[in-house]
Amino acid sequence: MAHDGIGAAVRRKEDRRFLTGRGQYIHDVRRPGELHAVFLRSPHAHAAIQRIDTEAAAAAPGVVAVYTGQDLAAAKVGGVPCAWGIVGKDGKPMKEPPHPPLALGKVRYVGDTVAVVIAETVSAARDAAELIEVDYRILPSVVGVTEALRPGAPQLYDDVPSNLCCDWALGDKAATEAAFAKADHIVKLDLVNNRLVPNAMETRAALAEYDPGSEDYTLYTASQLPHVARVLIGALMLGIPEHKFRVVAPDLGGGFGSKQVVYAEEAVVTWAAGKLCRPVRWICERGEAFMSDAQGRDHVSHAELALDRNGKFLGLKVATLANIGGYISTFGPNIPTNLYGPLLAGPYTTPAIYCEVKVIFTNTVPTDAYRGAGRPEATYLLERIVDAAARQTGIDRVELRRRNLIAAAAYPYQTPVLLNYDIGNHQQTLERGLALSKWSEFAARRKESEARGKLRGIGMVTYLEACGLAPSRLAQQLGARGGLFESANIRVHPTGKVNVFTGAHSHGQGHETVFAQLVGDMLGLSVDQIEIVHGDTAKSPFGLGTYGSRSAAVGGAAIFKATGKVIAKGKKIAAALLEAAEVDVDFDAGRFTVTGTDRSKTFGEIAFAAYNPPDAYPLETLEPGLEETAFYDPLNFTFPGGCHVAEVEIDPETGALDLVGYACVDDIGTVLNPMIVEGQIHGGVVQGIGQAMFENCLYDSESGQLLTGSFMDYAMPRATDIPIILTETASTACVHNPIGVKGCGECGTIASPAAVINAVLDALSPYGVTHIEMPATPQRIWEAIMAAEGKRSA
Amino acid sequence: MHAFTYSRPADLKACLAQLAAGDGVRPLAGGQTLIPTMRQGLAQPEQLVDLKAIPGLAGIKAEGDRIEVGALTPHAAVAGSNLIQAKIPALAALAGGIGDAQVRHRGTLGGSIANADPAADHPAAVLGLGATIRTSSGEVPADSFFTEMFETALQPGEIVLSVSFPVPRRAGYASLRSPGSRFALVGVFAAETASGVRVAVTGAGRCAFRLGEAEKRLATAFALPALDGMTVPAAGLNSDLHAHATYRAHLVAVMVRRAVAMACLTS
Repeated sequence: MAHDGIGAAVRRKEDRRFLTGRGQYIHDVRRPGELHAVFLRSPHAHAAIQRIDTEAAAAAPGVVAVYTGQDLAAAKVGGVPCAWGIVGKDGKPMKEPPHPPLALGKVRYVGDTVAVVIAETVSAARDAAELIEVDYRILPSVVGVTEALRPGAPQLYDDVPSNLCCDWALGDKAATEAAFAKADHIVKLDLVNNRLVPNAMETRAALAEYDPGSEDYTLYTASQLPHVARVLIGALMLGIPEHKFRVVAPDLGGGFGSKQVVYAEEAVVTWAAGKLCRPVRWICERGEAFMSDAQGRDHVSHAELALDRNGKFLGLKVATLANIGGYISTFGPNIPTNLYGPLLAGPYTTPAIYCEVKVIFTNTVPTDAYRGAGRPEATYLLERIVDAAARQTGIDRVELRRRNLIAAAAYPYQTPVLLNYDIGNHQQTLERGLALSKWSEFAARRKESEARGKLRGIGMVTYLEACGLAPSRLAQQLGARGGLFESANIRVHPTGKVNVFTGAHSHGQGHETVFAQLVGDMLGLSVDQIEIVHGDTAKSPFGLGTYGSRSAAVGGAAIFKATGKVIAKGKKIAAALLEAAEVDVDFDAGRFTVTGTDRSKTFGEIAFAAYNPPDAYPLETLEPGLEETAFYDPLNFTFPGGCHVAEVEIDPETGALDLVGYACVDDIGTVLNPMIVEGQIHGGVVQGIGQAMFENCLYDSESGQLLTGSFMDYAMPRATDIPIILTETASTACVHNPIGVKGCGECGTIASPAAVINAVLDALSPYGVTHIEMPATPQRIWEAIMAAEGKRSA
Repeated sequence: MHAFTYSRPADLKACLAQLAAGDGVRPLAGGQTLIPTMRQGLAQPEQLVDLKAIPGLAGIKAEGDRIEVGALTPHAAVAGSNLIQAKIPALAALAGGIGDAQVRHRGTLGGSIANADPAADHPAAVLGLGATIRTSSGEVPADSFFTEMFETALQPGEIVLSVSFPVPRRAGYASLRSPGSRFALVGVFAAETASGVRVAVTGAGRCAFRLGEAEKRLATAFALPALDGMTVPAAGLNSDLHAHATYRAHLVAVMVRRAVAMACLTS
């Protein structure tokens, strides 16, 4: 048998069904007698609803029901809940206004859900939705954070002055001020972290059914966290207890955080299915996704870095305005605070850090986690200001990083902003990153570009991120309204084949392969003897799902723990069958052996004995069967890190930007499957390139209309925009989880925006350009060149 | 999408009769603009008359010193035509750069120019080469075909049958594409033809237009030095999310140079 355990580049088991069109997405799930829901959405960014007349819609052909916010309120349907609250610097909890699933009294963004039409066909529902008459009194709207804070700005909620949801802070302000007081250099930077639309290939979808016989509900939904969705939608919104409510998240075409959010539509179709006693299906259209999927990023920040004369970082001050949109999303307020502030130490020894974040409501789609969630924003700011510091002090940017990176020997390392890093080696990833990118030979490449009339630049990032979410106790101290452990159940069948039930959810990551490799490695089985089951609350034990690069580090550790229990019980059975003491039984490569003898039993023989106990099986003291469950709560976050290098070429005549090279070396802990890791890094890097070069979600500052509501205006990166991405891993094994993994799902997205922009600024350095916002579009680059030339000739 | 009726007439006569039936009747060629627009509810025709079964509307043929391209010829066929590649390589290159592979195989020359999207590529070639548009009612010179944003000289019920391109001495097309839509932010087609130099711009104005200043300079010598110091006024040019008028004006000047350089390279 070829090695297909930990570390092998096993081809993904799930790809056969995906590539042959046999995946089971919600689109593919059909229930007899199903109805179709279409949501009427607000055309206005901010308006009072004076009257809704649904009479004509309800009477239209094929329409079964039309519901508004009033109907849901009358049925006592709860608001869309927040799963992670935050506390302001004044010690008071964030402002948490209700979020009705269908608008009550007011709409707060273009796309806000106003009513739902349920009909025999989608087109009947869509036609009827146009017959709903809504009298809106249009109110002034505000879409930008700076404007939303201004006195006299339109106010989204009567009881939220200045639209300020929370005024949050982290770090030691006095110590940081003291550090600045003794600084030789102070570097200042203002920047925007542009808003992004997640754009998973599969749009959101939900299909709910109710069985009036058993009184059970089933919801098929595009969710990264089906168990959490069951609690939030069932217990909190609809009053359906868990034992009467099954949530299934089948194959999903991407999530990126946008599907870890619990949405109004999921609750509404579930409620309607119960009321109408017929299945109700809703498939989000692409244009609808642009105006309703939780969006990402959207920060306006000011940062200052204090350095001594040798370039040592003394202190960092950050003030950020974070846009959370029109309502509090499931994890919305947590992203720009707890997942942002603690990341501002990065891989550096900065001894004093103070960060203030104002979390602000605006008339825009709510924001929530988007691949990286807070850490890309922190890393972008930090790596931009490090490069700015290199320019200002005249210290080479690589050398400046070398002087400030935490030494490998200094771990474990306590930062001034909460986190305690367990292990890392940033010198190693930096040096290998320089080698992989052929950094030292860049001058020759630049010269060659110049000969063709092009500007060439190279940019680097040394990053550290925190993932493997999360130690429950710490998370709860930070406002999480639940644990953040993960579960696993290992069911060994009588023939020795294994089902693994995990609370993690795969929506493209390759869990079905990686987890099988992990269990197979431990039990001496090949991956095709193991099947991973996920995404169904009726099958898996309660788990928290997949986000924050947690599945291997937390879900994998739970699987490791449960598999260990299987082995422990197997040893008991083997000891009885082999007439040996339990302590004398070893398990290795699928065989239980009495130490120092040739007496042994295979794993399969022990599994068979567990279900068909022979005479020697001590049924009086040992239960039959071989199935174990474990819950694993991580002891700490995990801390991947590394070095990413981007190389760009600019056409100075047009400002057109071409990414010509990308190299990265990541420390992600133990590598379970290098092929899947490479895929995760590639995908992450490309998503970050999207932010740096193409993607920008814009709203009209007057009307609040979404200006980038389709792929015509919202540009995504394409294959032809992306160079060959060179990847390497240079890992230190995480010390606090049993398999040593850290996580790799978000590294690329966290590191690549700053790598690209630092490269762009390097390319523009002959003009003296020191700042450009993302995305670095041709027009922006051309304008930067023009402004610099104007300054020079002035 | 709203309900509509669909017909697929087998000859031009039946087609024109159906198109004459009223305002709500629209001809359907490749459908690369009309169908998405209908899906978004922005167009709500009562009837679609599919042109694809009408014989003779697709195809490319030489006619003396001209090339006639049927209205239903997809962009991919224009791009892949040996005849066009040999005689007007700039037109083949332009067609090969439209949209993506699906669009190029469904979208048609006639559909593109009848729709007259201000950022479409084909209008630049049609205008830049001084082509003649043959319609169901007669012939329209390119100079009077594109009249406004999404508007042409076509009358209600009139359709494009073919476009007759004169073979130029040399021609080039250069554009900078919008990263999202892949439409031209600015595209310039420059040609030296038997009847003089023509320079046509797409993406920058309300519809494709000729750039007199560049034509005048290039008429003296069809070479880059003739363009030295030429600037393009921003007044009247498009401003949108992706490019404001000042940037577009700059890009027009750059793309004129690049189109001319390409023309000189390929001649």
